[in-house]
Amino acid sequence: MDTRNTEYWRANIRLVTGCLLVWFIVSFGCGILLVDFFNQFQIGGYKLGFWFAQQGSIFTFLILIFFYAIRMNALDRRYGVSED
Amino acid sequence: MDLQTLTYLAIGLSFALYIGIAIFSRASSTGDFYVAGKHVHPVANGMATAADWMSAASFISMAGLIGFLGYEGGVYLMGWTGGYVLLAMLLAPYLRKFGKFTVPEFIGDRYYSQLARIVAVICLIFISFTYVAGQMRGVGIVFSRFMEVPIETGLYMGMGVVFIYAVLGGMKGVTYTQVAQYCVLIFAYTVPAVFIAINVTGVALPQIALGSEVVDGSGYLLEKLDKTLVDLGFGAYTSPFNDKSMIDVCAITLALMVGTAGLPHVIVRFFTVPRVRDARISAGWALLFITLLYTTAPAVGALSRLNLIETVNGPEGTGTAYAVMPDWFKTWENSGLLAWYDHNDDGKVQYAAGKAFSGDGKPVFAGEQRGEHRERVTSNPGQGDMIANAPFANELYVDRDIMVLANPEIAGLPNWVIALIAAGGIAAALSTAAGLLLVISSSISHDLLKSTFTPNISEKQELMAGRLAAGTAITIAGYLGLHPPAFVAQVVAFAFGLAASSLFPVILMGIFYKRMNKWGAISGMLTGLTFTLGYIIYFKGVFVEPFAANVPENWWLGISPEGAGVIGMVLNFSVAMIVARNTAPPPAHIQKLVDDIRIPKST
Repeated sequence: MDTRNTEYWRANIRLVTGCLLVWFIVSFGCGILLVDFFNQFQIGGYKLGFWFAQQGSIFTFLILIFFYAIRMNALDRRYGVSED
Repeated sequence: MDLQTLTYLAIGLSFALYIGIAIFSRASSTGDFYVAGKHVHPVANGMATAADWMSAASFISMAGLIGFLGYEGGVYLMGWTGGYVLLAMLLAPYLRKFGKFTVPEFIGDRYYSQLARIVAVICLIFISFTYVAGQMRGVGIVFSRFMEVPIETGLYMGMGVVFIYAVLGGMKGVTYTQVAQYCVLIFAYTVPAVFIAINVTGVALPQIALGSEVVDGSGYLLEKLDKTLVDLGFGAYTSPFNDKSMIDVCAITLALMVGTAGLPHVIVRFFTVPRVRDARISAGWALLFITLLYTTAPAVGALSRLNLIETVNGPEGTGTAYAVMPDWFKTWENSGLLAWYDHNDDGKVQYAAGKAFSGDGKPVFAGEQRGEHRERVTSNPGQGDMIANAPFANELYVDRDIMVLANPEIAGLPNWVIALIAAGGIAAALSTAAGLLLVISSSISHDLLKSTFTPNISEKQELMAGRLAAGTAITIAGYLGLHPPAFVAQVVAFAFGLAASSLFPVILMGIFYKRMNKWGAISGMLTGLTFTLGYIIYFKGVFVEPFAANVPENWWLGISPEGAGVIGMVLNFSVAMIVARNTAPPPAHIQKLVDDIRIPKST
């Protein structure tokens, strides 16, 4: 693999690692491990920890995938590996 | 029009639509049959993936499960959506770049081994048939309840429709039928949810309604539900870890996430889009369409639980006489999914914490015999003990599977809404069944016949073999639906556990760890598979009696069999790494293959 492709791969790994960190924090962090802490706060009738477990983490996952797809397209173009 | 006619109309129209689509999208090549010619638009693929993924379990069972579990229901919500993040970022784009037809094909080629390919085919077939059996049960429940035809007749009709579009159209037919099925199922799911949300909270969006105040002025919905449940001796709805420990909640969530990403019928959907970048964005569209249902389900669960309690215990909270129970109560009792035993002999139905029936809590009916209030007679009533803090003993058994189906009736919604629910449930079950049957048939015609045993067959013969395999798989699935093996309920955990512990790790390492070789992959897959199978059989017993009681005290690290896939996955990774480091690295052309799938541009 030439250097440019190696750099592309490294940038890809950095992006994915960042996204998966957020993925972990909203679901396992806010929704499970720290649920009691977040349950002290309330948005409307939702306790915050409960909201993360049943609503918030899903919305975050959705935003994450679109963010990833858009950033990856930009990376493809910057490193000249785009399909078109 | 009466309910019966409306239901026939709704289901008949949806079937006509599916068959119409099948006629317009016939497959003419193996490329059409396996991956729809790779011409599917990413948004259409997202919709098809959503229908493929959301099964009878998501549509019929999930909201009821959440309603009964409360906070812990979140394991299913997070687990079954979080997997799409893994799929989008770790698997889908690379497998699309690989650009062939099936999941075992990737494993066989990447690990330059027919043995690896065959192990992958075995995992795939086991996972998919487990899943199909569940779909067929779903079709049976809906047909027998709403069309009042024998389960057999309903099953044959469902099988016939799937046969037409899967065998004729292959992936191409299945894809566009799934798009239509998604539209039917999401409409059917959200319309009653919106109605009920407005009834109870005055807010139309279920996602907001769950966090709103109820219209009768008694405060926030969730607080009211918490209080109502505590008064009946249950744990509060929103408080965590009532039924499952923290470590178990983590393990199940992760096992479901990883298992979702490793399910072959979901992965293969991303083979059908034209480009790598379409595979990435398509996972986003899929999750968007899934989110519409998955963020509605918690509201449906909470509202239906509250509705059930209020209907059964009445405005005074002291129970309602069986004689004046609404019709839905008696119809579901007739179907055996609901039962009442009058522990305190007052003629009223009361619902509280605790088991109304002995053994596993499910009623055993004494045939069609009727008791003094005309209720169905059961032969295994419990002791009628009161749970601490409960006002009375529980007298009611409610199967969680009826919550979504009965909800519109409990809430008194018009008949056309109920007919819609029936069509939606069938759409959810059929779309998933078709996707599963297709991966089974393509792994047989492509991976076993074309790639392994009879490499000399022509494309035309392979296509014919694919159609025959699809037909056979439908027949077996129908048989499983007619004669559900007693262990169907136990083996559902298998599908996710096996996908998490066998397929997901080897695909992931195949992309991200160039040094991984065939010995590492094969030993890893077999270790993960054996451990997870063993763990589930040890506690749940399939074909044999369980070896130990399925209780937290006996579990390893406090992880239940549902979460065992996580341990299997860790074992798979570890064993594969150790073996790969001590055996020869993969040949140069395989390392080049890995370099190639990491870059979208073709070289």
